[in-house]
Amino acid sequence: MLFTSFDFIIFITLLFVMYYTVPKKYQWKLLLAFSYIFYFIAGPKFLFYILLTTGSTYVSGIKIGKLYEDQSLYLKANKELSREEKKAFKAKVKKRAWKWILGCLLLNFGILFFIKYINFTIANINWFIDRLNDRETLSFIDIALPLGISFYTFQTMGYIIDVYRGKYPPEKNFGKLALFVSFFPQLIQGPISRFDDLAKTLFRENSFNYNEFSFGLQRILWGYFKKLVIADRILVAVQTLIGDTAMYDGAYVFVLMVFYTVQLYCDFTGGIDITIGIAQILGIKVQENFIRPAFSKNIAEFWRRWHISLGTWFKEYLFYPLSIWKPMLNFSRFARSKFGDSIGKKLPVFLSAFVVWFITGAWHGASWNFIVWGLLNYIFLMGSEELKPFYSWFHSKFDVQGTLGFKLFQIARTNLLVSSIRLLDCYRDVPGTFKMVGSFFTKNNFNIFVDGSLLEIGLTSADYWVITGGLLLVLVVALIGRKGSVRELMAAKPVIVRRTAFYLLIMSILIFGAYGVGYESSQFIYNQF
Amino acid sequence: MKKIISIFLTIAVGLGGFFSVQRLLVPKYTKGIVEGTLIEEYYPEAKNHDVIIIGDCEVYENISPITMWEEYGITSFIRGSAQQLIWQSYYLLEETLKYEKPEVVVFNVLALKYDQPQKEEYNRLTLDGMKFSATKLKAVNASMMPDENVLSYIFPLFRYHSRWSEVNSEDFENFFGKRQMFHNGYYMRADVKPVETVPSGRILPDYDFGDNAYKYLNMMVELCEENDIELVLIKAPSLYPYWYDEWEQQMEDYSRKKGLKYINYLELVDEIDLDFAVDTYDAGLHLNVTGAEKVAMHLGKVLSEEFDIEDRRSNQQIAAIWEKKVEFYNEMKKNQYEELEQYGYIKSLKGE
Repeated sequence: MLFTSFDFIIFITLLFVMYYTVPKKYQWKLLLAFSYIFYFIAGPKFLFYILLTTGSTYVSGIKIGKLYEDQSLYLKANKELSREEKKAFKAKVKKRAWKWILGCLLLNFGILFFIKYINFTIANINWFIDRLNDRETLSFIDIALPLGISFYTFQTMGYIIDVYRGKYPPEKNFGKLALFVSFFPQLIQGPISRFDDLAKTLFRENSFNYNEFSFGLQRILWGYFKKLVIADRILVAVQTLIGDTAMYDGAYVFVLMVFYTVQLYCDFTGGIDITIGIAQILGIKVQENFIRPAFSKNIAEFWRRWHISLGTWFKEYLFYPLSIWKPMLNFSRFARSKFGDSIGKKLPVFLSAFVVWFITGAWHGASWNFIVWGLLNYIFLMGSEELKPFYSWFHSKFDVQGTLGFKLFQIARTNLLVSSIRLLDCYRDVPGTFKMVGSFFTKNNFNIFVDGSLLEIGLTSADYWVITGGLLLVLVVALIGRKGSVRELMAAKPVIVRRTAFYLLIMSILIFGAYGVGYESSQFIYNQF
Repeated sequence: MKKIISIFLTIAVGLGGFFSVQRLLVPKYTKGIVEGTLIEEYYPEAKNHDVIIIGDCEVYENISPITMWEEYGITSFIRGSAQQLIWQSYYLLEETLKYEKPEVVVFNVLALKYDQPQKEEYNRLTLDGMKFSATKLKAVNASMMPDENVLSYIFPLFRYHSRWSEVNSEDFENFFGKRQMFHNGYYMRADVKPVETVPSGRILPDYDFGDNAYKYLNMMVELCEENDIELVLIKAPSLYPYWYDEWEQQMEDYSRKKGLKYINYLELVDEIDLDFAVDTYDAGLHLNVTGAEKVAMHLGKVLSEEFDIEDRRSNQQIAAIWEKKVEFYNEMKKNQYEELEQYGYIKSLKGE
C-alpha cells in the first residue's frame, strides 16, 4: 500500500478513528492488528519472515533476560562470594547469553543475507567462474524481498543487542515486541528506532490531544508536499535521464545529479515526515531522522544529519564494538609497534570505518554500485580527517573561517560531493557511472541549459516553476527551522494566518501534487533498501 | 459560541475553496471535445419525455429528437455519450427512471461489443456529467480501469488537478454554468464528408458478445419490464465500427427470444433514403444533421405507429417548450451552414 495512495489515507483515517474510540488498553493491540494488515497487503508470504524474526528475537530476549534475572538472584543470595567468584559467575552467564544472541544474530542476519544478497553473491561467484572459463555457472534464486526487511532486521537486532548488554530487560509480551518490529508507519523506510525510545509512547494509553493531532497532521501534509509536489514531479526527468545514457550524457549528468539530489531529499525526508506525523497523531513519538542535512559543512556533519538512525545504529552496534574487539586491539598494538603511535592509532579506526562503510553501502542495496558508494563516503570521511592539518594551515593563512561566504562554500562543496557519488545510485553500474561523470568534462553540451533541451526531458516550464517554488518553500522552512520548531512558530500566529497556511498547504498538494491518472505511482526510494 | 463560529467559518472557507478550485479545474467541454457536456444537459430539462434513447455516439449523432417532435409530436431525450459502455447506459437508464417514466426506451446495441471497461478518458466523458448518487457510484464501479479510484469521481479535483497549467478563459467563462450546446442530447453536425470506401471488418477470434455485456442487457430488459416500459433495440446506420453478421444474428435471436422490437438501420438505408455521399460528416462513422433527421423520421414513425406514442403538439405547455428547442435547433443549423459556406468548416465547434 503506497503511502501516497487513497487507500492508505483511508487506512490511516480508519485507524485514527478506531484508535481513539476503542478502550485505551486495546490501543496497542489495534496498532498491531493494523500493522499486520498493512504487511499482509504488501504480500501475505512475507508475514513468515517478519514472524520468524520477531519469534526468534522474542525467545532469545526472554532467555537472555532469564539468565540475567537468575544471575541477579544468585548474586543476591550469595553475597559472600568474592569479587573474583562473582566475576567468574557473570562471565559464565554472559557466555551463555552470548550463545543466544549469536544464534539470534546469525539467524536474522542470515535471513537478510540470504534474501537480499544471495543473488548478488551468486553473480559475483559466476563472474569468477566465467574468468576461469568454466561454463557451469550457478543459477539465480527467484526470491522476493519482504517489505522493510533491512529496517526491521536492524531494528530488532538493535533491540536484542541492547538486551544482551543489559540496557533494558526484554519485552515479555510477544504482541508488544511484534508491534515494535512491525509498526507500519516506520516499516517502509525507517527510522530505525530503539526499543527503549519507541516503547515509551508506543504501548502507553494515549488520549486524544488536539495540539499533538494538529502538529502531526501538519507534519504529514508537509511530508506529502515534499513527496508529491517536488519528488514525484521531478521523478519523470530523473527516469528520462537515467533511461537513455547515450543521449543524456555530458551536462545532462550534472542535471541528473542535481535532480536526483532534490528527488531523494524530498522523497526520503517527506516520507519520514509522514511517518513521524502519523505516529504523532496517535500520540507516539518517533525519533527524528534528519536535521537539515543540506546545510552540512562537511561529510562527517552530513552523516550526523542524514538518516541519523542508520548512522547511530552502525556507530553503536558495529563501529564501537568493532573498535574494542580483542583482535582489533591486538592489531592496534601490533600497528603501533610496527608503524609508530600516530599511524598505529589510526589503522584500527580506519579498518573499523572501512567495515562500517562497506556494510552501509551493502545495506542500501545488493550491488557493487552501493558498495562503491559506501566506500567513497569512507574515502571522503577519512580523507577529510587526514586533511585537518592542511585545513589548519589554510585557516592560519587565510582568515575566512566563520564568514558567510566560506560557510556557503563549505555547504556547496559538501552537497556537491554527496550528490556526485549518488550518481552511482542512479546508473547502478560502477564503470558506467564513472564514464558518465567523465563525459561531463569531455562532452561540451552546456548549451542544453539555454536551448530548451531541459524542456524535453519530461518536465514543462510549469513543472519547473512548481519545483522551484516548492524548493524555495522547503529552503525557507529549513532556514526558519534552525531557530526552532516551525510548527510552534506557526501555532503562535493569529488563527487566520494559521488556517490560511494550512489551507494553502493542502491545496498546493491537491493541485500541484504528482498523483492520480497521468502520473506513475511511485514508492518511496528508501523502500527498496 | 465564538469558537463554534470560528470552526464553522474555517470549514466553510475550506470547503468553499476546495469546491471553487475543483469547479475551475474540471474540463468544461465547450470547445473541441464537447461530448463531455452531453450527459449533464439532461438535468435542467423538464422530465416528461415519452422516449428515452440511450447508447453511444451512434445515438447522439444519428438521431434528431427535434425532428421526432416536429414530425410526430414525440418528446424524447438522448442519454448518450462517447463510447458509452452498456453498463453506463444501464445506470443512466436507472438514474433517468428516478426522474421520469418514459413510454419507450430505445437502446443502440453497438455497445455490446465491449465486455470490459475500455478507457479512462471515455469513462470520464460519460460519468463526470452524472449527478452524484448511489447509481453514479455503481456506474463508476462498473466502469473503472485498474488504475482508477472512485474518489476521483466523487471529487474530480483528484483527477483534474494537473490542469492548473492549462486553465484558460473557457474555464472562467463557464465557471458558474454552461450555455446549452445540444438538442435534447443530440449533437448537431451539418458538415459533409462522403463515404469513399467501406473497410471490411477484421476477423475476430470470437464473435459472441461477452457475458458481462449480456448481463447488463438483461438487466436493462428487466428494468424496463419492472417499470412497464417498452424497450426497442436499434443498430444505428453507421458503417463502422463494422457490424458483423454474427453480431446481427445474436441481436435478432435475442430480441426474438425477449419479444423486443429490433431495428437494424443498416438494412433500412434505402428505405429511409440515407445517402452516405451527403448524410455523414465523417465518411460513415456518424451521420450529419440531414442523416440524423432521416433516421428520426423513421424511428418516430415506428414509435408513434407501433408503440402508440401520443402526439403532444396539441399540448400548449409542452409545445411552448419545444418551440424554443426547435428555434434553437434551426438557428444552430443555419449558423453551421453559414460557417461552412464562409470558412469551409464549422468554426463554432472549434471554439473559434
